[in-house]
Amino acid sequence: MTQELGYLKESPSQTAGPYVHIGCTPNFAGITGIFETDLGTSMVNDKTLGERITVRGRVIDGAGMALKDAIVEIWQADAAGLYNSPSELRGTADPNFTGWGRCPTSADEGIFTFETIKPGRAPYKDGRKMAPHITVWIVARGINIGLHTRIYFADEAEANAEDPLLARIEQRNRVATLVAPREGSIYTFDIHLQGEKETVFLDI
Amino acid sequence: MSDLSNKKPETGAFFPRDRAWHAPALTPGYKTSVLRSPQRALLSLDGTISEITGPVFGHSLLGELDNDLIHNFAKDGESAIGERIIVHGRVLDERGKPVPGALLEFWQANAGGRYRHKKETYLAPLDPNFGGCGRTITDEDGAYRFRTVKPGPYPWPNGVNDWRPAHIHFSIFGHGFAQRLITQMYFEGDPMIWKCPIATTIPDRNAIEQLIAPLDWANTIPMDARAYKFDIVLRGRRSTLFENRLEGN
Repeated sequence: MTQELGYLKESPSQTAGPYVHIGCTPNFAGITGIFETDLGTSMVNDKTLGERITVRGRVIDGAGMALKDAIVEIWQADAAGLYNSPSELRGTADPNFTGWGRCPTSADEGIFTFETIKPGRAPYKDGRKMAPHITVWIVARGINIGLHTRIYFADEAEANAEDPLLARIEQRNRVATLVAPREGSIYTFDIHLQGEKETVFLDI
Repeated sequence: MSDLSNKKPETGAFFPRDRAWHAPALTPGYKTSVLRSPQRALLSLDGTISEITGPVFGHSLLGELDNDLIHNFAKDGESAIGERIIVHGRVLDERGKPVPGALLEFWQANAGGRYRHKKETYLAPLDPNFGGCGRTITDEDGAYRFRTVKPGPYPWPNGVNDWRPAHIHFSIFGHGFAQRLITQMYFEGDPMIWKCPIATTIPDRNAIEQLIAPLDWANTIPMDARAYKFDIVLRGRRSTLFENRLEGN
C-alpha cells in the first residue's frame, strides 16, 4: 500500500434554479432594502482606461427560445491585458476596472448586456499571446453545472487566427460560435446551448 | 475587490474537474435539462491566466445584517417565522486548504416553501418579514456562518407530483473563475432528497451526501437556534512545481 493522496472531492454542482435572482440579483428580482445594489452591475467608471464597448446577446435553448431566467457572468482582463485578481503577478491591473460583471437575461426578450472595455491580450501558458477575449459563465434552471465559454471579437481576425484556444477547435466551422460580430461599439454574442449552432463550451 | 495580503497568491492551474462526480448536462428526469444541455463534447484545456484568476471581494462589501436572513428583510422589532437555524461551515479546496475571502451568496424559500419571486405562484403565503437572500465572506480559516429559518419543501411543475426537499441555494466564488460554483444544501434525514429529480441528477450517492448538512448539536445555541454544518469544497490547484513561466513574470 502507498500513502493515500488525501484529496477531497469537489462539492457537486446543482442547478441555480428559476429563482437564482433572489440570491444573485435581488434588486432585479424586486427584493429591495437588503443589498444597496446588485453585484456586478457596473464594471467601469469615468476613469477606466480602454475602449468602451457594449457586449450583448441571448442564451438560446435547443428549441430556439431565448432563456429569460439565466444569469451570465463575465471575467476579463483590462485594456493592458492584466486581471484584477490577487493571482495576477505580471503587474497591477487598472484599479478603475473590476474585470467582473453579472447580468440576468431580461424578462421580455432574454437579453444580457454588459458595458465594459475591450480587453488587452494576455499570455497563454507557453508565452504566446491569446487573442483578446472575455470569459463567460452561464447558469440557469435546467443547467446542472455552469457552462464556460469565451467571447472573441470579429474585428481581431489576425489575433484570432493565432489564438491557442481557437486553434484547438477541431471542427473549424464551430470557431465562429465564439466570435462576436461588431456593429459600432456593440458586439453581439448569442449563446446556443444545443443544436446546429451549438456554442463551443469549455472544460477548463 | 480586495487584496489578501497575508498569503502569497497562488497561480497554479486547477485540478481537472471530475465530471463523473458532477451531474451530466442531460438528465431527462429533470425535464428542463433536455433542451438546455449541450450535445457536443466540451473543449478541454488546462487553465490559462483567464481562468486561474478571478474576482475577489472585500469584507467592506458586507452590511451588518447580510448574513442574518431572520432580520435583514424584517420590520424593526420583528423577525421571520420558522425554525430558527444557524448554517455554518468552511470553504476548503480539494487539497483540504481553507479558502479565505470567498464570497458566498445564498437564497431560499421561507418556512412554508414560498419564494419571494414574481414568477412564483405557489399558494403558500409570503412571510412579510422574510426576503430570502444573504451573503457573507469566509474568514482566514475559510469559515462562514449565517442565521436563517429552515426553508420548507416546495412543489414544482416537473413530474405530476414532484416536491423539492428543503434546500438552500449557494453561489460560491473562490479565487479563480474556474472555481465558480452554484450548488444546493440539503438537511440531514430529509426523506425527500432521494425522491428529488434535481438532487438525483448527481449519479453517485456519495456525491449527493456531500450536499447534506448534518445537525450540529455542539453548535446549537440553547433556547435560540439549532445549527447545521455545511462544508463546501472548491477545486484544488496545482502547486506551481515546474510550470512554464508566464510572459513578463
